[in-house]
Amino acid sequence: MAYTEEELKKELETKEYEYGFYTDIESDTLPKGLNEEIVIAISKKKEEPEWMTQWRLEAFRAWQEMEEPEWANVTYKKPDFQDISYYSAPNKKPKYNSLDEVDPELLDTFKKLGISVDEQKKLAGVAVDIVMDSVSVATTFKKTLAEKGIIFCSISEAIKEHPELVKKYLGTVVPQKDNFYAALNSAVFSDGSFCYIPKGVRCPMELSTYFRINQAGTGQFERTLVVAEEGSYVSYLEGCTAPMRDENQLHAAVVELIALDNAEIKYSTVQNWYPGNDQGKGGVFNFVTKRGLCEKHAKISWTQVETGSAVTWKYPSCILKGDYSIGEFYSIAVTNNFQQADTGTKMVHLGKNTRSTIISKGISAGQSQNSYRGLVQVNSRAENARNFSQCDSLLMGNRCGAHTFPYIEAKNKTAQIEHEATTSKIGEDQIFYCNQRGIDTEKAIALIVNGFSKEVLNKLPMEFAVEAQKLLEISLEGSVG
Amino acid sequence: MLEIKNLHASVDDKEILKGIDLKVNAGEVHAIMGPNGSGKSTLAEVIAGQEEFEVGEGNIFLEGEDLEELSPEERAHKGVFLSFQYPVEIPGVSVTNFMKTAINESRKAQGLEDMPANEMLKKIREKSEMLEIDRKFLSRSLNEGFSGGEKKRNEIFQMAMMEPKLAILDETDSGLDIDALRIVANGVNKLRSKDNAIIVITHYQRLLEYIVPDFVHVLYNGKIVKSGTKELALELEEKGYDWLKEEAAV
Repeated sequence: MAYTEEELKKELETKEYEYGFYTDIESDTLPKGLNEEIVIAISKKKEEPEWMTQWRLEAFRAWQEMEEPEWANVTYKKPDFQDISYYSAPNKKPKYNSLDEVDPELLDTFKKLGISVDEQKKLAGVAVDIVMDSVSVATTFKKTLAEKGIIFCSISEAIKEHPELVKKYLGTVVPQKDNFYAALNSAVFSDGSFCYIPKGVRCPMELSTYFRINQAGTGQFERTLVVAEEGSYVSYLEGCTAPMRDENQLHAAVVELIALDNAEIKYSTVQNWYPGNDQGKGGVFNFVTKRGLCEKHAKISWTQVETGSAVTWKYPSCILKGDYSIGEFYSIAVTNNFQQADTGTKMVHLGKNTRSTIISKGISAGQSQNSYRGLVQVNSRAENARNFSQCDSLLMGNRCGAHTFPYIEAKNKTAQIEHEATTSKIGEDQIFYCNQRGIDTEKAIALIVNGFSKEVLNKLPMEFAVEAQKLLEISLEGSVG
Repeated sequence: MLEIKNLHASVDDKEILKGIDLKVNAGEVHAIMGPNGSGKSTLAEVIAGQEEFEVGEGNIFLEGEDLEELSPEERAHKGVFLSFQYPVEIPGVSVTNFMKTAINESRKAQGLEDMPANEMLKKIREKSEMLEIDRKFLSRSLNEGFSGGEKKRNEIFQMAMMEPKLAILDETDSGLDIDALRIVANGVNKLRSKDNAIIVITHYQRLLEYIVPDFVHVLYNGKIVKSGTKELALELEEKGYDWLKEEAAV
């Protein structure tokens, strides 16, 4: 026990990124750089209709006028947007009807990740739409879903097959010009998922997508759109791991959720992009815009476990437009070594009797910086709005930082807003206590961290909770100083 | 069971234990008494392997094995248990989950499989009844918001679950009212057997009325200055420690 700084450093150095391998699959990649021609080329490659091409171009033109935001509590070298290739797709087409047709090397990659498609298929109640380097390569359980009228497919497919739905909802929650990265995503998004639950339908299984960045030097720009019609319910899982890379990789996703009257959407994420090495070299830049819109009596819950990425900039938010709508945000953010995370949520109360809950757990180790940034906004017409926020930080060692930036704007006197915050440190005395009971230091940290994160872990669907718990342990091994 | 020879220990270059000799046989209960700051808790923690203390000279043997190179968890796996004077809180980790982890880690060290869930439950039920612990208590976060008495009772519950060879009870009586003291002492007495040994560290003779020791030692200024039978405890109660201090100074 009683790790010295030196011993700890040594131990951390030997921790190689578990999923750091690279799959050698032929790719169809566009040249580096970004201009209108590239945007048009992406749209063409995806065989999109003209309105979509125009939509992308509008976004691109807006993006050109925008500045990269600097308000977040993170420092990094800004990406050179002309040095990135904006499209990369596995070469072997067409799509496969069964898994047997899938490139064996790809299947092998999934096996290394511990999410072999074979296994996933057998996992009762889980349909997987796997996004590998921007193009969906396999979709399962589609038939079962189709019987209920549920649409679950790649966004490219949706643009072709269900243009009226995409046209109606795309960009309604996160407009093209919303922010710098959302605009970039709108211009160049390569693929993503689309999910539509018809009126009154309860989706019978957890929908899940695994994202991976694979091609060296390609950014990934996912676009996800989930529409839950009146009185419907869906639980959506998103998990990701990325292979090891020396140069920084850019990930700028946009997720839009629309919950119509009395609908409920649960959106859970486990994010484990490559965090960079112990010297702070490499790692994914994760600049994500996630937002949901709630109509009357609708409910949206965001649950996230963020352990990866070198830099994270992410605020899953809820616009509580309808009366009696509910927004929830449950988050665990872990940073180690030189990782930086600036994450939180926005709860915008527009309707009457709207409620929101925010539970944020930040865990910092190494020399990392972990910030919670949240906004609770109560509009003047939002009578009886209620919010409860709780932000807890756990520190390991003396060189990391935890920061909380809660913003509250209440324009209605009837609003009830509560905010609680705590900061604690894993103590030597806690570790010794566990050691004395026969629990070694690694296990003791895992136990303490899981205890700290329990309120959020409990919100995850079963199959994710286990994975998330494992991830927390991997991310923090040997990090008590 | 336990043999300590000429044990010296210091923290930040300040020597706290200055040559302790102690022999505890299986089946025995030893009480260690002494004024504040005499080194009682240090002795307990050094036996448990707290690395904050620098062990200079001397050795600690458990069943003939030198503990020097063993980590705290390895000592625990070999059957050393410390009931803490100030048990720490671990938010979000239930008493049950903590015990399950502790027991299974020890089993793993011994090359055994995890304890089957039904066996674990049975054991928890049995031991909590013995210590008159409400079952609801077991799902609460470890020591979080526990009263002083609950914390101590929880320590003894853990001892009952772990079934150690050598248990060291550091000031288990402090913070207990008379009823709780009786329950805890009864629990400890039930756990006494010819195969294990118990060291009771206390300020007061009160606890020793319930847990009757075979031997009593007085620790003063880092040394055992007097040893005797349970009558010594009564004598200390009556006369205080001053006469021993004088004796030690000579």
